[in-house]
Amino acid sequence: MILDGKCPKGPIQTSWDRHRFDLKLVNPANKRKYKILVVGTGLAGGAAAASLGELGYNVEAFCYQDSARRAHSIAAQGGINAAKNYPNDGDSIYRLFYDTIKGGDFRAREADVWRLAQVSNNIIDQCVAQGVPFARDYAGYLDNRSFGGAQVSRTFYARGQTGQQLLLGAYSALSRQVKAGTVKLFARTEMLDLVVVDGEAKGITVRDLITGEIRTHVGDAVVLATGGYVNVFYLSTNAMGCSVTANWRAHKKGAFFANPCYTQIHPTCIPQSGDHQSKLTLMSESLRNDGRCWAPKKKGDNRHPNEIPEDERDYYLERKYPSFGNLAPRDIASRAAKEQCDDGRGVGPGGRGVNLDFSAAIQRVGEDTIRERYGNLFEMYEKITDENAYKQPMRMYPAPHYSMGGLWVDYNCESNVPGLFVLGEANFSVHGANRLGASALMQGLADGYFVIPYTIANYLAKTKPGAVKADHPECKKSIEDVKSYNNRLLNVNGKKTVSEFHRELGKIMWENVGMARSEETLKDAIKKIPVLREEFWKNVKVTGKGEELNQQLENAGRVADFLEFGELMAKDALHRNESCGGHFRVEHQMPDGEAKRDDENYCYVGAWEFKGVDKEPELHKEPLAFENVHLAVRSYK
Amino acid sequence: MRILTSSVGRKILMSITGQLLIIFVLIHLIGNSTIFFGPNGINAYAEHLHSLPPLVWGFRLFMLAAVAVHICYGVMLTLENKAANPGAYAVKKNLKKSFASENMIWTGLLLATFIVYHLIQFTIKGTPDIVIGLDSLNRPDVFKMVVTSFGNALISLVYLAAMVMLFLHLSHGIPSFLQTMGWNNEKTIPVFATGGKVISTILMLAYISIPAVILAGLLKL
Amino acid sequence: MNLTLHVWRQSGPKEPGKLEQYEAKNVSPDQSFLEMLDEVNEHLIKEGKDPIVFDHDCREGICGMCSQVINGVPHGGQERTTVCQLHMRRFNDGDTIYIEPWRALAFPILKDLIVDRDALEKIMQAGGYTSCHTGGVADGNALLVPKPDADYAMDAAECIGCGACVAACPNGSAMLYTSAKVAQLAALPQGKAEAAERVCAMTDAMQAAGFGNCSNHYECQAACPKGINVKFIARLNREYQKALFK
Ligand SMILES: Cc1cc2nc3c(=O)[nH]c(=O)nc-3n(C[C@H](O)[C@H](O)[C@H](O)COP(=O)(O)OP(=O)(O)OC[C@H]3O[C@@H](n4cnc5c(N)ncnc54)[C@H](O)[C@@H]3O)c2cc1C
Ligand code: HEM
Ligand code: SF4
Ligand code: FES
Repeated sequence: MILDGKCPKGPIQTSWDRHRFDLKLVNPANKRKYKILVVGTGLAGGAAAASLGELGYNVEAFCYQDSARRAHSIAAQGGINAAKNYPNDGDSIYRLFYDTIKGGDFRAREADVWRLAQVSNNIIDQCVAQGVPFARDYAGYLDNRSFGGAQVSRTFYARGQTGQQLLLGAYSALSRQVKAGTVKLFARTEMLDLVVVDGEAKGITVRDLITGEIRTHVGDAVVLATGGYVNVFYLSTNAMGCSVTANWRAHKKGAFFANPCYTQIHPTCIPQSGDHQSKLTLMSESLRNDGRCWAPKKKGDNRHPNEIPEDERDYYLERKYPSFGNLAPRDIASRAAKEQCDDGRGVGPGGRGVNLDFSAAIQRVGEDTIRERYGNLFEMYEKITDENAYKQPMRMYPAPHYSMGGLWVDYNCESNVPGLFVLGEANFSVHGANRLGASALMQGLADGYFVIPYTIANYLAKTKPGAVKADHPECKKSIEDVKSYNNRLLNVNGKKTVSEFHRELGKIMWENVGMARSEETLKDAIKKIPVLREEFWKNVKVTGKGEELNQQLENAGRVADFLEFGELMAKDALHRNESCGGHFRVEHQMPDGEAKRDDENYCYVGAWEFKGVDKEPELHKEPLAFENVHLAVRSYK
Repeated sequence: MRILTSSVGRKILMSITGQLLIIFVLIHLIGNSTIFFGPNGINAYAEHLHSLPPLVWGFRLFMLAAVAVHICYGVMLTLENKAANPGAYAVKKNLKKSFASENMIWTGLLLATFIVYHLIQFTIKGTPDIVIGLDSLNRPDVFKMVVTSFGNALISLVYLAAMVMLFLHLSHGIPSFLQTMGWNNEKTIPVFATGGKVISTILMLAYISIPAVILAGLLKL
Repeated sequence: MNLTLHVWRQSGPKEPGKLEQYEAKNVSPDQSFLEMLDEVNEHLIKEGKDPIVFDHDCREGICGMCSQVINGVPHGGQERTTVCQLHMRRFNDGDTIYIEPWRALAFPILKDLIVDRDALEKIMQAGGYTSCHTGGVADGNALLVPKPDADYAMDAAECIGCGACVAACPNGSAMLYTSAKVAQLAALPQGKAEAAERVCAMTDAMQAAGFGNCSNHYECQAACPKGINVKFIARLNREYQKALFK
C-alpha cells in the first residue's frame, strides 16, 4: 500500500494556516460530550491533555509513574529550539526547517517539519507564560545557546534542566485542568491494549499498577504520547520504565510502525562501568559548546589524560569537521567516537571512551562561568564516576538515546487506525533518520499544544460522541486477552529472570543493530531474537500474582514486547539498504566514512504492518518529496 | 478568619505572640535589673508601675491573652504535627533539628508552669516564702521580698531551671519567629541561628544573675 | 564488599510490615544503590521469593520517583543526591544498612518501599500554576525578568517532587515542597497576578491532605536531594502575609 501523509499542497509557508482553516471544528457546547483518552503525560501527552481539557473536552490521562510530572521528558537537559532569532544571528523559520530536514538526512516530511518550525516560537511564549524559568541575560531578556547541528544560537534553556522545567510547565497546566475537572488523571496505570471497534480506536485496556486490576476505558479518540523505545538496547539513557509497550500493542491492533530502525545514539554519555549497570546517563550535548572531544594519538595510551601533551592529542571532530567542529550532529559525533575506540585509542575501562575536555574553556572564561553553565552536569558526573571534570576531562561514550521511528501518522498526527493519534517521540514524524539536539522537546510541545487541539477536532466532528460503551464485546475481549497474556507470563515459572532476558536482548541489539549495522549482523539478529523470545516464553520467571503491585509482571510484559519489536527493528534496518542519519550500514559509506544515502531507492517512509508474531510483517511505503529543500549530500565539514 | 484556621496563619499567630512575650521578657528584665540599684531602685520602680492601675491591668490582660493564644496554638500545632508524622521509623537520623527545636512544647509548658508559680509567688504573693512589708519610704518593700525569697537556694534553683527552659525555648524561638515572619533569607539564616543562641544565652544569664548575686551574698538586706 | 540489609517489607497498605534481613554479596563500589538492590532482587526471584519493590524510574536523579530512607535519612544522606544517584562507594564492607519507605501520615505505604504520594499532587492542583491559556500569550521577551529573579525562580523550580522533605520532617510537613512552587511563581512577573490566591490555596491543600505544620527544624533542606533552601519557606510566609491583607 502506498500511504498518504495527507500533507497540504501548495506553498509550504502557508500550508499549516491553510490546513487549519480546512479542518472541521467541534461546537464548543458539544466538546464536553467527547471523551479523549491521552496515554502519556510527558511533554507531548501532558501538553495535549491540558490543552484539550481547556478546550472543554472530557479528558482522561494516563501514565505509569506515580505522577504525571515524572514522565521521562523530565530528564532532558540541554534545551529547546525555536526560530525566534533573538540573537539576530540569521535564524528564521526557514532556517530551522532547513536544518531539521538536513539534520534528519532527508528522511522526514517537509510539511510536518515546516509546521514544527513555525509553531516553535509559540512554544517559548507559552512556556514563559506558564512561569518556566528560562535562562535570562543581565538585561532580563531570554538567553540562547547553540546546539549540535546548527550554526545559530536558537536553543532556549533552563540551567541543565530544560526538560524538567518544560514538563513542569505542562504539568502545571495539566494540574490546573484536573482542578477544573476537565481532566481526570490515572497515574500508576499502564496501557496494555488498544480497543478497536469497527476499525476505529475507541478505548484502551489498562492495568492498575497498584491493585493489578485490568479494566477498559472507552473514549471517542485515543492519543498515544508514550515516548521512545530505545530501552530495546537494555542500556540506554531512557528511564527504567520506558518501553515500546503502548506503541507495540497498538501496532498489534493495526497501527503501522514507521522507520523502527532509526534510533539515535547520543555521543556524550558516561561510559559503562561494569556488568551490574542498569542504565546509562547522558551528559547534555550542550557540553560540546565548551568541551573539546579528543582521543590520544597513540594506541593504548593509558597515561592520565592531563599528562598527555597537546601534540599527542587528536581533536578528531575539529580535525574532521572544521566548520562544525565539536558541534557536529549526533550521529556523526557518535560514530567518530566509536571509530577512535575501535582504532584502539579509547580511554577508560575497556577502552570504550573518549575525552571531553574543558580545560581550554575554563582557561578562557573561568571555572565559575563553566560551573554556572553546567554545574549540575559536572556534579552528576562526579557522583557517578567519582572524577572531578573541572580538573580532568570527562570520559564519554555513545549510548542509545532517542527513537526517531515510531507509529506512522499522517499530517494530522493520526495513525492509519482512525481515531488513534500519536504524539511526541512515540510517532515517527519530524526527525527523519536523525534528530537534532533540542528539537525533541520542541516537537513534543508542538504536537501537544499546537497541533492536536486542531487536528483531533477534524476527526471528532465526524463521529458521534459516546458511541462505544464499556460493555462492548471488543472491550470484554480486550480485557480477557490482556488477562490471559499476563497469566501466561506468570505461569511460565522458569529459571531466568526478566532482566536477564532484557540484558541478552540488549546485547544482541547493541552489537547487531547498534551504531554500525551490516547485512551480516542484522541477519544474525533476526536469527537470534526469535530464539531468545522462544526461550523467554519457556523459561522466564515472574514471581507474584497479577492482582497486586507486581513490578516483575510489569517488566515482563515490557520485555516480551521488546522481544517482538527488536526483530522488526532489525528487519527494517536490513531492508533499508542504505545509510542515512542514525541508520548506518557499513556497506554504504563514503570513502571518508560518512553515511551514504540512496535517494533513488529509499527516499520513503517504511511503515510496517503487523501480521502476527513469527510472521513476516508487511511493508507499506510513503514516498517523500522534497520541494523546498534540495536533496543533497549532508555535509558538516 | 483564615489566619485562625490555616496552618501557616496559626504559626504566624504563634510567632507574633512569641514576639510579644519576648518583648515582655526584655522589659521585665530591664525592670528587674533595678534591683541592682538596691531597695531604692526596685521599690521605686514597683511603686511607679502600680501608680497606674488601668495601665498595669491592661498590660496584664493583654499579656495573658498573648500567652493564652501562644499556649493554645502551641499545643494544637504540636498535636497536629505529631499526628502528621507516625514516627514509625526503625532508624531515624536527624541532621538539623536540635534538642531545643524538638522540645519547644516541653520547654514551653515548663515555662507556663513556671509563669504560674512566678505569678503566685511575686504577683499574688501567695507562697510561704514571701515577706510582705514596707520600706522606709512607705513603699511596698519588693527588694526585701525578692532578696529573702532568693536567699532560699531551692527557690533560686527553680528560677535557674526556668531560665534554662527560657534559653532553650528562645534559642530556637528567636530564629524561628524570624523565619515564620518571613524576615529571612539565605544569608541571614545562619546569622539568626547564631544570633538566637547568643541572645537567649544573654537573657538567661541576665535573669539568673539576680538570684545568683543574691545567693552569693552580693545583694543583701 | 558484603553488606547486611534490613529492609521494610509490607505486602499491602493495611497489612502489618516488618524489617527483614538480607545479605548483599560482592557489591561493587561502582554500583548504584538501586543496582545493588536489583541484584538482591535477582537472587530473591531465583529463590522464588517476592522481590523487594521500590519506586524508581529515571535513575539519574531528576524524576523524583525513587524514595527510600537509608539508615534513617531520606535518600541516604549524601548531599544533593537521590537514592538512585547514591553509589556504593559511599559504604564500607560489612556495613549494616536500614532501608525504609517514606513515612508520613499523608504518604500511606502501598507495598514494601513504595508509598502513595498523591497528596503532593493535590497541593499542586490547588494552585501550582499560572492560569494562562494555551495560545494567546505574549511574546517571551515582552516581560523582562531580571536575571537574579530568573535565577531565584530556577533555584526553587529545581524541586523534583520526591517528598524527601516530608519524610525527613518531624512534623510530616510539605512546606519545603509547597514553598518552592509558591516562591518560583511569586518571583516571576507571570506568577504575580495570582500570588495571593495561590499561596492560600496551596497551603490549605497541604493542610487538608494531612501534612503537618512547619516548626522550622530545617530537616527538609538537609534531606532535599536538590538542596532546596528553606529561604523559600520564608518567602511563602511573606507571600501569605501579603495575602492576608488582600
Ligand atoms: C536523557 C535525555 C536527555 C534529553 N535531552 C533533550 C534535550 O536537551 N532537548 C531535546 O529536545 N530533547 C531531549 N531529549 C529527548 C526528549 O526528552 C524526549 O524525546 C521527549 O521528552 C519525549 O517526550 P514524550 O512526551 O514524547 O515522551 P515521555 O516524556 O517519555 O513520556 C511518555 C509518557 O508515556 C507514559 N507511558 C509510556 N508507556 C505507557 C503505557 N504503556 N501506559 C501508560 N502510560 C505510558 C509515561 O508514563 C509518560 O508519561 C532527551 C532525552 C533523554 C532521554
Ligand atoms: C516566656 C514565655 C515565652 C516566650 C518568650 C515564647 C516565645 C516563643 C517564640 C518566639 C516562638 C517561635 C515562634 C515561631 O516559630 O514563629 C515560640 C514557639 C513556640 N512556643 Fe513559645 N514562648 C513562651 C512561652 C511558651 C509557652 C508557655 C508555651 C506552652 C505551650 C510555648 C510553646 C511554644 C511552642 C510549642 C512553640 C513552637 C511552635 C511551632 O514551631 O510549631 N511557648 N515561643
Ligand atoms: S523540596 Fe526537595 S525533598 Fe522536597 S519534594 Fe522537592 S526535591 Fe524533594
Ligand atoms: S529514579 Fe528518578 S530521581 Fe531517582
